[in-house]
Amino acid sequence: MTSALEVREVHKRFGRGGAAVDVLGGVSFAVEEGEFVSLIGPSGSGKSTLFQLIGGLEQPHKGEIRIGGQVTTGQRGHIAYMPQQASLLPWLTVAGNVELALEVAGTAREEARELTGSWLARVGLESYAGEYPHVLSGGMQQRVSFLRALLTPRSLMCLDEPFGALDALTRMQMQQWLLKLWEANRRSVLFVTHSIEEALLLSDRIVVLSASPAVVIRELRVPFERPRSETLWTDPEFNRLKQEIYAQLSQGEPAAR
Amino acid sequence: MGSKWAKVWPPLMAMIAFLLVWQGAVFFFRLEKWFLPGPAAVVQEAISIWPRLWEHTAATIRLTLLGFSLGALTGIIVGGLLHLVKRVKLSVYPLLVLSQNIPIIALGPLLVMWFGFGLLPKVLLIILVCFFPISVAMMIGLANSDPRLMNYMQMIGANKWHIFRRLELPHALPYLFSGLKIAAAYSVTSAIVAEWLGSSKGLGYFMQLSSKGFMAPRVFAAVLITITLSMSLFGIIALAERWIIRWQPRKEGG
Repeated sequence: MTSALEVREVHKRFGRGGAAVDVLGGVSFAVEEGEFVSLIGPSGSGKSTLFQLIGGLEQPHKGEIRIGGQVTTGQRGHIAYMPQQASLLPWLTVAGNVELALEVAGTAREEARELTGSWLARVGLESYAGEYPHVLSGGMQQRVSFLRALLTPRSLMCLDEPFGALDALTRMQMQQWLLKLWEANRRSVLFVTHSIEEALLLSDRIVVLSASPAVVIRELRVPFERPRSETLWTDPEFNRLKQEIYAQLSQGEPAAR
Repeated sequence: MGSKWAKVWPPLMAMIAFLLVWQGAVFFFRLEKWFLPGPAAVVQEAISIWPRLWEHTAATIRLTLLGFSLGALTGIIVGGLLHLVKRVKLSVYPLLVLSQNIPIIALGPLLVMWFGFGLLPKVLLIILVCFFPISVAMMIGLANSDPRLMNYMQMIGANKWHIFRRLELPHALPYLFSGLKIAAAYSVTSAIVAEWLGSSKGLGYFMQLSSKGFMAPRVFAAVLITITLSMSLFGIIALAERWIIRWQPRKEGG
């Protein structure tokens, strides 16, 4: 069986000569079909760079990226994407924004319109369909942004710290919302986060990166049954894993300079 | 409604005060009409020769609108093309800037010499004057879209056309409208200059005729109409902007 995403021995260096900085030092991991994988690492560990590589905006210095079994290194247009900031186009309505993402991915206009309409209703956003993004709260904008990625007909969804800019309460609500939606529509997801709790709550597997130059220092299967809910936070196993990952992340951090 | 009046009052009062001082000075110093007419005399003169004045005004309106529309079209196309073809931009842009430093007072007679006294040299002059601010505004708008949105579009694999049509062009619209507003004012004054240089109708021609005949009230009447034209064109463009750009949160009084 082919993986939804395979990252093989990817190296990335910025700059030249003496000023060159190694950001990725041979990163390898995979996301299986229908699997939710979280990528966690200290800040500055090259998670965003990795996304730029997977999206095809940057070329790796060494190594290879495969999406759905095909080598896609340096090629664009193979992923559905949800950035940290909602990045909705301000001149398009909520529905227009979702339709645009589908259109770019090659969905026919009519079909995009129908799909968008029915999904906005399904997630309770139908009353906002004709509104411009600026009237929506941050959380609402992120819902639209997630829906836009979910509906994009591509096998891999890449979510780049999607809740990083939200306040704590909204963030918790969004995690629940995403959990429910994802469990009902299992897609292959690569999810970057800073939050260990978030990774434990949402994912099937967690990939822990070291500080830069980043390598994978741990891969761990999250053992909790689905469907999950926030009651997980009281589970002793949840807390034990949290401690463990935390210890590993601090180890991966270079000693204080 | 109350806040709207609070904004309208101060400039209106200043305007009225200015007119009163003007009229007062003319009366107090007993200035002759041919030297400096008061506002009342200007309006009186305008009314008494209105049919003729209107004929000239209509000619200027026609010329301005024709020149402005063609200039705007040229500006938009040039701005768009220079943005899309970067290499052309690098080589042609300095030339464009250079062209803007040719005084129109020198260019006008040349155009008349090359293309005669008809409509063509006048329209050309207006196009030359007003395409530039439009294409520059357009290029700046196209080149400065939000980097986060640009990154998003690239990440989802949008092609050049999608990025241009859905991101850069809508982002450039407010810039384009600023350019259009500037060009509107330019196009009215260039129309006047064009008519001044070689024509038998239009406000520019009428001004020249009146000033040579020491008929200052007529010159002032023509100036008054020119200002009105310029401001009307500006207003129409501002309205079009509000109608087209609806996605922005309305600013207070904006």
